[in-house]
Amino acid sequence: MTRRRGLVWIAQHAIAIALALMFLGPVVFIVLTALMTDEQALTSRLWPDQWNWHNFAEVFARSELLTWTANTFMYASLATIFMLASSIPAAYALSRFRFRGGKAAFLVVISAMMLPPQVVAVPIYLVWARLGLTDTLWPLILPMLFGDAFSIFLLRQFLITIPRDYTDAARVDGCSDVRILFTVILPMARPAIAAVALFSFFYCWNDYYGPLLYAGVDQEGWTLSLGLATFKAFHSVQWNLTMAATLLVTAPVIVLFLFAQKVFIEGVTLTGVKG
Amino acid sequence: MAFTRREGARALLWLSPWLVGIAVFFVYPLASTVYFSFHRYDLFTLEFIGLDNWRYAFSDPRLLQSGLNTLWLVVFMVPAQVLFALGVAQLLTKIKSGSGVLRTLFYLPSLVPTVAGTVAFVYLLNPATGPVNQVLAWIGITGPDWFGSAAWAKPSLTLLALWGAGNTVMIFLAALLDVPRHLYEAAAIDGAGAWRQFRNITLPVISPVLMFSAVTGVIYAVQYFTQAMIASRVASGATDSAGSTFTPGYPDGALLTLPQHLFHTGFRDWSMGLACVYAIMLFAVSMVFTLVLLRQFNRAEATS
Repeated sequence: MTRRRGLVWIAQHAIAIALALMFLGPVVFIVLTALMTDEQALTSRLWPDQWNWHNFAEVFARSELLTWTANTFMYASLATIFMLASSIPAAYALSRFRFRGGKAAFLVVISAMMLPPQVVAVPIYLVWARLGLTDTLWPLILPMLFGDAFSIFLLRQFLITIPRDYTDAARVDGCSDVRILFTVILPMARPAIAAVALFSFFYCWNDYYGPLLYAGVDQEGWTLSLGLATFKAFHSVQWNLTMAATLLVTAPVIVLFLFAQKVFIEGVTLTGVKG
Repeated sequence: MAFTRREGARALLWLSPWLVGIAVFFVYPLASTVYFSFHRYDLFTLEFIGLDNWRYAFSDPRLLQSGLNTLWLVVFMVPAQVLFALGVAQLLTKIKSGSGVLRTLFYLPSLVPTVAGTVAFVYLLNPATGPVNQVLAWIGITGPDWFGSAAWAKPSLTLLALWGAGNTVMIFLAALLDVPRHLYEAAAIDGAGAWRQFRNITLPVISPVLMFSAVTGVIYAVQYFTQAMIASRVASGATDSAGSTFTPGYPDGALLTLPQHLFHTGFRDWSMGLACVYAIMLFAVSMVFTLVLLRQFNRAEATS
């Protein structure tokens, strides 16, 4: 029995290590390639003959990476701030008030969350075109003033776990809805709000479809996703530069994660709850 | 009752920005999409053409192809991702030493920006100098063309999806750790082995979480756009400046998904009426799965 348990232990750890290597492998090869010379990137040798750190500077010199980063940052932070301002009140209403249609409203939230963005793309595009806002990122930012279904959903799931006793007690003390939100709900919901804000920021940072539709043809107005997607086409044989650019786009996200690891993991498990 | 009505008015006030949003970004465009589907529209002229768009759509071979590709993702990629994530999560519960490091390691790839991850995978799997085929060659295997071959393009994207499954792994891990210990102890006393414990205790307890993530997985598969578009573009070397002649779906339409076909029809060919027909079809497909999800929710809310 102990011998068998030992074998199981070995098998489990062997599989875990193999899996870890498979998850790590891509990253290792990307880093190695990013540091190769142009000539070597065309060969099949995997270990850099000479470490060409200059590639990263080359990416900045040859593309609008800084402009794209600034645009992406503006898009992601404005959208996130607007989303919080509009989604927290909606989630508050859906979780705290008992009213007819409350359940139906929640079902609408889920349906909106699941709607592929392409389904309603044509009419919405036409509205923004009429307002003269195509070829900018505003069509992606301004809708966030009207609530984001996924964020409302997640916040609501968290807020319903706060016992009604807390808010009822505050109500008996004569607190208004606004004061209850700010003094009772928001302090307790801080982890959920942090998670939702991070998700929103990441979603925008990663978003490719939205900028592809609205950012236009001028590279000055692009985001990192758009720029990186066409990078390879403009530097077709230089996989080393493309990989260096890939790393530069990824790095800020990983750094942010390392600072906010706990918020992330808690937030992710929140998305898995059943209701 | 009067109390409830007052709460209703207050709820309405709090919900009002969102309700405006639903009207402007959900209800209006849906109705408008139906309207445009009976018209020819290219941003300049609007002409009523009855069912012509619909007739054209049903004879469009690329619609069928894109629909089948999307179906492939639902049938193969989603189950592969769920089973893989469940396996990894289950493994993580058994590992005691270094599990924190392993968790971070499995989770990190899911944070890599979608475009960056896809570009990287096209490089890793490129048949000429790609490291994966080099490594396979060491052990005497001739690797396939991956993103260059119609047969292997979707499996390549599935590998990318598995690499980025860290989110799902974390959700499953939390669910697995929530299963009450004493159930396993009781089962062990009754002589149940590892498989029977998994089958009779773990699965029933975590099944709502599994179901939820399978259904959301399907809904995201129906929306699958970025990875397929980037893989096609990078592997074929085409740019997409507006007005260029990039045909999505390289190689041979193997990566053309329904949302891409819609996007291209509407915003590259500017056949917006036809795009609206595809939009209604996409809406119908996603609605089916959304209804499944809503039923799940109702059941979960009823029991909790």
